[in-house]
Amino acid sequence: MVSKVIIEKNAYHDSVTLMSLSGKVLSKEGVNEAVVSMATAMNKELLDNIGLLTEEAKTATENDLIIAVKAETEAALTDTMQFIDDALNKKKTSKKTGQEKTTETLPQALDQLPDANLAIISVPGEYAAREARLALNKGLHVMMFSDNVTIEDERALKELGRDKGLLVMGPDCGTAMLNQTGLCFANNVRQGGIGLVAASGTGLQEVAVQIDRLGYGVSQAIGTGGRDLHKDIGGIMMLEGLRALNEDDETRVIALISKPPAKDVQDKILAEVKNITKPVIVGFLDGDKEAVEASGATFASTLIETARQAVLALDPSVTIEREMGETLTLFAENEQAKLHGSQQYIRGLFCGGTLTSEALSILRSEGLAVKSNVAKRPEEKLDDIHASTGHTLLDMGDDDFTKGKPHPMIEPSLRNERIREELLNQETAVLLLDFELGYGAHDDPVGESIGVLRETLEELNQQGRHVTVISYMCATKNDKQGYDNQVDRLSALGVYVASSNEEMSQLAAMITKKEVK
Amino acid sequence: MSNIQNLFTQPLKVINIGTSTFKKDLDLQQTEAVQYDWRPPAGGNIQLIEALDMFIDSDLVQAANEEAIKRIKDAHPFLIDIDQAKHVIPGMHEKKILHSGPPITWDKMCGPVRGAIIGALMYEGLAKDESEAIALIEGGEIEFGPANEHQAVGPMAGIISPSMPVHVIENRTHGNRAYCTVNEGLGKVLRFGANSKEVLDRLKWIETTFAPALKKALALSDGIDLKSITSQALHMGDECHNRNKASTSLFYREIIDYFLQTDLTQGELRDVVGFIKNNEHYFLNLSMPASKSALDAAHGIPYSTVVTTMARNGVEFGIRVSGLGEKEWFTAPANFVKGLFFPGYTEDDAAPDLGDSTITETMGIGGFAMGGSPAIVQFVGGDVEDAISYSEQMYEITVGENTNYSIPTLNFRGGAFGIDIRKVIETNILPVINTGMAHKEAGVGQVGAGIVHPPKACFEQALLRFKETYEEGAS
Repeated sequence: MVSKVIIEKNAYHDSVTLMSLSGKVLSKEGVNEAVVSMATAMNKELLDNIGLLTEEAKTATENDLIIAVKAETEAALTDTMQFIDDALNKKKTSKKTGQEKTTETLPQALDQLPDANLAIISVPGEYAAREARLALNKGLHVMMFSDNVTIEDERALKELGRDKGLLVMGPDCGTAMLNQTGLCFANNVRQGGIGLVAASGTGLQEVAVQIDRLGYGVSQAIGTGGRDLHKDIGGIMMLEGLRALNEDDETRVIALISKPPAKDVQDKILAEVKNITKPVIVGFLDGDKEAVEASGATFASTLIETARQAVLALDPSVTIEREMGETLTLFAENEQAKLHGSQQYIRGLFCGGTLTSEALSILRSEGLAVKSNVAKRPEEKLDDIHASTGHTLLDMGDDDFTKGKPHPMIEPSLRNERIREELLNQETAVLLLDFELGYGAHDDPVGESIGVLRETLEELNQQGRHVTVISYMCATKNDKQGYDNQVDRLSALGVYVASSNEEMSQLAAMITKKEVK
Repeated sequence: MSNIQNLFTQPLKVINIGTSTFKKDLDLQQTEAVQYDWRPPAGGNIQLIEALDMFIDSDLVQAANEEAIKRIKDAHPFLIDIDQAKHVIPGMHEKKILHSGPPITWDKMCGPVRGAIIGALMYEGLAKDESEAIALIEGGEIEFGPANEHQAVGPMAGIISPSMPVHVIENRTHGNRAYCTVNEGLGKVLRFGANSKEVLDRLKWIETTFAPALKKALALSDGIDLKSITSQALHMGDECHNRNKASTSLFYREIIDYFLQTDLTQGELRDVVGFIKNNEHYFLNLSMPASKSALDAAHGIPYSTVVTTMARNGVEFGIRVSGLGEKEWFTAPANFVKGLFFPGYTEDDAAPDLGDSTITETMGIGGFAMGGSPAIVQFVGGDVEDAISYSEQMYEITVGENTNYSIPTLNFRGGAFGIDIRKVIETNILPVINTGMAHKEAGVGQVGAGIVHPPKACFEQALLRFKETYEEGAS
């Protein structure tokens, strides 16, 4: 085994670029370990763990780039170093020759785009609040993709935004759609009369996608970041968003999406809902139906119900099919027949956090006992995220899985090892997988996992075993990756592609429930 | 209508701060967006960020800096006289030697500076040879001081001894003066630490023949307008630090008629004007004190974060800041210059960055104006495009644009000037300096030229000190 560590002084690259590069390097033949990252304390620890923390690396600062590779052979090492060098430097040359000019300071950026109205911030959390404040002081609305911002900073920023009449979407805001532009992670959804305010990224995506699938569209979709309804923030941005959508001529129905908020905050939001003149759907997952209805709004307990109720409010004439069709029941029965007695459990490997929560809620309502790393109820909490037990739903985008790694929506291959593990597990009856398409997402999510699926399913087949694989693609027909192309490859392997996260969950419940009977 | 509703009715225009992935998808949607390649401010140092945030939007600092750059820009330097240092430089005496850069003691000085000091002591007749000179110094007989603390500047070693003639520059706007020796030319010269007989003879000739002649000529003039010459030279391919061809020619044109009006013999006249004509760096020793007179006028403005001095002594780089003390230097080990070496020399031969000539960059010319000086680019290595982007980049760390010193290749945009320590720390962009490189051993001379930056630590210390000084009044 050979290794090499290079420190490049003052060579800052953003973490998303570096993490996806690390991913690519690790997947190269003959590479055992690879770290390509800025020399932060955390990354130095990573380096130490794999025995590559050299003296030089110890003294490197957060502005210095570490390139550390451990490989099988000298040739593989040289090859990999060259690969990294090319990947990092290609960008520089194209920058020089291309017409696009990048900028290095906010004033410079404003010089180039003097009437800019929105800043998207995806810098490391400890610096994000500062950048947001600078942008707000320049009169820009702000979307903070960055997470790890303190709650005090979040509150201060949102108060500053409110005082200036500016949006502060986030921190930790993954999705928004403004003026028909998808921001960060967003689907290509048709334009329409439903305005959304969401404290959840994939929740927003799923509601928007389901609205689109019902043939309707979205006017504006405002993300608030997951903590907006925390008692210390008090829903500042959800309230601002609600008011703004109430005044917006294009918006005819408003839907709010969140996990259940703190009681005080819920009261505040619902008090504001009373003042809204347009129909409001409150989609608080596992939320307080009575309180919502008392405010005059319509309650929805799941994402898909939120989408349905919003569409119904917009167009009461629409008919919505809620029952599972005969073909699905047949499919379920057919699958059951292929399962052995030991195969009793559902294992869900999700990229979308709120999709995990929604699936949990649906399975629970079907009477199943489920464990999950996103569970709030003590009895549903998973002890060890690395070992599934009973019905288990994992949000693989959770911090526990993504420390020092990209989110699985950016790098779906991070799920592969676990896919194989769960398929081979004797207890697994049904494997659930979500795929997210759209802006920000990986260029070919299915392509990243199709290999491991094919190989493992073949292996099972040779052993005379079978596991039902059900997937859901959170996407519209117009997403940039190509919907049909993604679906067809899954179907070809016998993977069922559900029309919603709800359908995926219900189908899984149907298959496993009858099995235990 | 609220700002949020306004947003709903406007085309979305985005500044993407951080990962460029999001920018690509905005491009795909044909939403107008600018990528801002973010780096951690202040190198990620939280203490510095705090200091920065305390003053970043301060009206007091803003106003003080506006005043500082106004003074720098308004300063109007004239060459009015030449005289011996001991007669004109405040605080100069028979046993005092001024050197370039921040304060330093003999035992720490670099080779070229030591060589030049030994030469100066022999030139003054205070020592017969090197060992006598060293004995004198080690006996504590000689007082050293930074030229910059004496209204003076000197290129490279920057040695000024009592008998040396110095140009007297008067800033007629603010009334202060600045001083600098006469440029000796290239080759074996005192400023690179050479102290052979040839070098000392030339210094004597400057003292006894050249200076009196120039004094006569200047006495006939109303002073030579250095601001005007600099301004024109910047449009003629000079940046007035490492390229002084145009400015020296313009100076020659201004001074020649006064020489002709003196009572010098034809022989003396030819020697004296020939000395100017044959030294294309003659104007460097006018450009530097002209800059010095402008920057001294801008020093001592409370709350100003504008840099008024950048100077190196071959060991350390030092800066001073307008709103902080006159003798308050912020120093760090000087960097090595990166660039081209003359045949026969390598990086191992070079001394660290040396000299007061960075006063030109502090003024906003020199390296800052390199984009308008394509000819210098080859000399220091790199291409014209790099030089232009250096000049453009300097706007990021400065307070204003000096329309008196404009840059043709930037569509005659006023050059970036008034280096702001806050902006340097925030952007991690360091001032750019183009400079000659001295051999690390005394007397060998110049070994190359190139580009160098001040150590960031100077600016970090300055900002922290600034916070200490002004945090109570921060608004």
